[in-house]
Amino acid sequence: MVGLATVFGAGGGTSSYREVEEAEVVVLWGSNAREAHPIFFHRVLQAVRNGARLFVVDPRRTATAAWADRWLGLDVGTDIPLANAVGRELVHAGLIHEQFVASATTGFEAWVESVEPWTLDRAEAVTGVPADAIAELAHAYGRAQRAQLCWTLGITEHHNAVDNVLSLINLALATGHVGRLGSGLSPLRGQNNVQGGGDMGAIPNRLPGFQDLTDPAVRAPFEVAWGRPVRGTVGRHLTAMFDAMEHGALRALYVMGENPADSEADVGRARRLLAGLDHLVVQDLFLTRTAELADVVLPAAAAWCEDDGTVTNSERRVQRVRAALSPPGDTKPDRWILTEIANRLGAGWVHGTAEQVWDDVRALSPMHRGMSYARLEAAGGLQWPCPSDTEEPVSFLHGRLWAADPAERGHPAPFHAVDHDPPVDGLDAEFPLRLTTGRRLDSYNTGVQTGALSSPLRRGEELEMGAADARVLGVRDGDEVVVTSRRGSVTVPARIVPGLRPGLVFLTFHFPDQVDVNLLTIDATDPRSGTAEFKATAVRVDVSAGARGGAAD
Amino acid sequence: MDLHLGDAVASAAERAALDDAVGPALLATDRTAVGGRAARSRRSLLLGGLWALQRRVGWISPGGLRELCERLSVPPAEAYGVASFYDLFALEARPAGVVHVCDDLACRRAGAEDLLTAVSGHEPADRSVHRAPCLGRCEAAPAALVIHAGERPVEVSVGGLDASALAGLLAGVVPSPDEPGPVVRSRGPMLARVGVIDPTSLAEYRAAGGYEALRRAIELGPQGVLDTLAGSGLAGRGGAAFPTARKWAAVAGQPATPHHLVCNADESEPGTFKDRVLCEGDPFSVVEAMTIAALTTGCEHGWIYLRGEYPLARNRLAGAIEAARQAGLLGDDVAGSGRRFDLEVVVGAGAYICGEETAIFNSIEGYRGEPRNKPPFPVESGLFGCPTVVNNVETLAAARVVLDGGGAATKLLCVSGALERPGVYEVPMPGTTLAQVLEQAGAGPLQAVLVGGAAGTFLRPDAFGVELTVDAVRRVGGTLGSGVVLAFGVDDDLGDLARRIARFFRHESCGQCVPCRVGTQRQVELLDRLAAGRPLGGVAQERALHRDLAQVMADASICGLGQAAAAAVASVLDELTGAGERNPGGRRDLR
Repeated sequence: MVGLATVFGAGGGTSSYREVEEAEVVVLWGSNAREAHPIFFHRVLQAVRNGARLFVVDPRRTATAAWADRWLGLDVGTDIPLANAVGRELVHAGLIHEQFVASATTGFEAWVESVEPWTLDRAEAVTGVPADAIAELAHAYGRAQRAQLCWTLGITEHHNAVDNVLSLINLALATGHVGRLGSGLSPLRGQNNVQGGGDMGAIPNRLPGFQDLTDPAVRAPFEVAWGRPVRGTVGRHLTAMFDAMEHGALRALYVMGENPADSEADVGRARRLLAGLDHLVVQDLFLTRTAELADVVLPAAAAWCEDDGTVTNSERRVQRVRAALSPPGDTKPDRWILTEIANRLGAGWVHGTAEQVWDDVRALSPMHRGMSYARLEAAGGLQWPCPSDTEEPVSFLHGRLWAADPAERGHPAPFHAVDHDPPVDGLDAEFPLRLTTGRRLDSYNTGVQTGALSSPLRRGEELEMGAADARVLGVRDGDEVVVTSRRGSVTVPARIVPGLRPGLVFLTFHFPDQVDVNLLTIDATDPRSGTAEFKATAVRVDVSAGARGGAAD
Repeated sequence: MDLHLGDAVASAAERAALDDAVGPALLATDRTAVGGRAARSRRSLLLGGLWALQRRVGWISPGGLRELCERLSVPPAEAYGVASFYDLFALEARPAGVVHVCDDLACRRAGAEDLLTAVSGHEPADRSVHRAPCLGRCEAAPAALVIHAGERPVEVSVGGLDASALAGLLAGVVPSPDEPGPVVRSRGPMLARVGVIDPTSLAEYRAAGGYEALRRAIELGPQGVLDTLAGSGLAGRGGAAFPTARKWAAVAGQPATPHHLVCNADESEPGTFKDRVLCEGDPFSVVEAMTIAALTTGCEHGWIYLRGEYPLARNRLAGAIEAARQAGLLGDDVAGSGRRFDLEVVVGAGAYICGEETAIFNSIEGYRGEPRNKPPFPVESGLFGCPTVVNNVETLAAARVVLDGGGAATKLLCVSGALERPGVYEVPMPGTTLAQVLEQAGAGPLQAVLVGGAAGTFLRPDAFGVELTVDAVRRVGGTLGSGVVLAFGVDDDLGDLARRIARFFRHESCGQCVPCRVGTQRQVELLDRLAAGRPLGGVAQERALHRDLAQVMADASICGLGQAAAAAVASVLDELTGAGERNPGGRRDLR
């Protein structure tokens, strides 16, 4: 979101889901959408059925990669070299959209200079992906009339996440694959309302409507509406909060619907810091591990079925949510709890309906202004920007960049020259294997939302590894192994799978009670996005002593 | 696709067989893999891949199937569905040597049942005997198809089978590739060269006037060919009698490209063997005829879908195609026309329904050979969704004769059964009566003649005067169909034959639509009840029930199989229920 906001001024995917069906080329970069975004992947499958060529860039040969016309199995953390090599190939093959670059972008020359060293051969040496595969991706993307470039956490869970995103945006700018129907940039989100959370200002530097907190002109209407000054200082994102806890600058924490005691990288440290707070309040549906550490737990209603409101999905579509059930026991909707807390603090709020709250948002957020409940209901959801009651929202963003009139075109989109910066947790003789983490089809993050549901596919946590590594390490399918990183170690059964090359192993963090995977991960974080480098941990794998005994029979 | 392939492993022999048939899996290394469209576009190799496994090891093992699925990116469940669709594929291990003995109509009356009974339970460990529906060797009944799987597989069709020959086959005698005996009994322009010239010699074919028709077609150009064809009044010979010129013109005029050409050589109608005789005896005429059709309709690729029971025809066609390529009569510049056309042979695997004009597309594409709903018709959306000409072998041969100046004046008849001189008769049409054909063939006193095959009807002696044209046969309640004239003497057991026909349709129904799937089973049950003397609620009720069944199947089945599955049985039902007044002397007790 930070990358997109940096370039285009709006932190959202530029295209609608259905536009992927219009694309001639679909690139899924660092995304196992088949498992992690199965609904979106239906659109991809429809695109494939319509004749689109699918490229999948992923260190693992995933179920998504199995559908690809080409899979590019890069080394973890070499996305920028790969993107830059694709960019250089675009330049050298004459596949740059000269007119778009000239009229709608800045910084092209510097970018060209920055990608020039990334020859196909050098990229092959650094990324591991054969030069011809890189060239094929470049040519397909460059020649397509309409192309979608989609990414997920494989791009953003890195210490240089924003640079990774920028390196991909550069490719779209160079080829003009943005701001047109069927051509765009689509970060796929893991939750139904990640986009909505950001849009509503749940980001340290934003106000509702994804408006810049630091801009006094932006703050002014909020100050009028709220009857008090709004501080323009940027707050802390999650990772910075933990740093602040470490330094004692942050002593009390109010956690809503988040389970950092399981989900943070280097989770041992996170738990220690949470336990050391003066005061911890957790508001959640479940008694999570974080809640177990809390001084006060506020049982919340499930927003998706026990409360009214809206959510905003990754294609910027605001949709109504309606209460279908009454919250059990003493649980209360989040809105009610917040209002009560505000009133205990002397604010004197009244308990408003979800629609009244929404109308407050509309009054202050230009991009939501035209989205009355009545209209949302009639249309079955609307995409922002929707500034007035009469305007029909467009399905893609940044069409302005294609306008002939410079005034209408507005701010050009800048290229950003970015360079390779390998993962922080380097491999060496002691920690020779690259552990990467991700999701499986039937589980979700730390399992809070999925663990209670049975699934015929679920096998619990397993360290996935390729047959070659297993042979070298003497590991058999099902053996208990000890996985050790520079921060901690866990014991987990091994599973030998195709799709993982030598040197690459895989874990999820769906089963923290069974295997505390985030004891291993590193909290190296991109300060701009606040996302830790979950995707790249250096580990060593040893057959556990117990398993060796069992192996004797 | 993200396939779940299972753990079975292919043997080295199976992998080698697939190397030849479908090639290696697509590029896949630790670092990159090719798939997607490139993988899915190989689906049409599935049938050939299954054949390669079957021929090499005698069955489709789980390991072989898994390997094939991986190489072609086909879900194993789908591939299993395809493999199990076809009779000639085994999904359980069985001996490498298999003798398929025909127990269908012509062979049945020639004693196939006795042969089968005699060997039942006495097969050696390394050979097995299977019953087969009509093998298309009716002129030499009883017939068998011998398949020995192995590194050098043997596939031979054997005619004139007797007890000692069958014993020999089971003892391991490998029959030599079989040259059919005299089969052409009455010759016209279509059969002029069969049995006369060396069917493997392009030179002899040309010396006998071959490829003159193509030369003329190129001179005339597509419109000229269509006009000539329309003037001849040629109608399709596969059974439906659709005007050939209209079909060709419809495809020629389709703006969508590419256009495809399919020659339907899946003749599986019991009693039919004329296409086999043409393909075996005059393969170049089939290739030439397809070339004419292709140039006229704008097709650059053609498929001959040949039934798997015709190994000799397969070799002959493959040889003719290769020779034509060498001579520049196929390829990028067909006979100097500047036009491109090439063709390949696809071998079916024992499924009558694949002769249906849309089932044939599914079969070639690597799917179960289930008919498609129409519309869209093949001329708009056929093979691989493209405008497609699909013609029977005889139709194409007749079109070639028309271009050769011969007109569309003759018809091939497949004459067999209780008569002296079985074989293919090329007779004038119109202008020939059934009685004339029977006399020519040396028939004695007959009880009935099955005209049109299992999908046709039994005609009684009082109808033998019928002229053999599509319309005239239809007027006496029959159908000329594929030109089957299968004669039954006074001692033949029509009840047994009717039950065989009913079992045939039950077995060959693809199961896709309910009226056919259930109706063909109900028909078998009904005939079995009659045969057992236990009619449900009385004979009259059984007759009414069969009428209803026939009506439902005719009205509600999506393809001709279900629509015609009750016709032959209905034509003798009165007889079987004891109500027949016609030819009472010939009637036999069902039991």
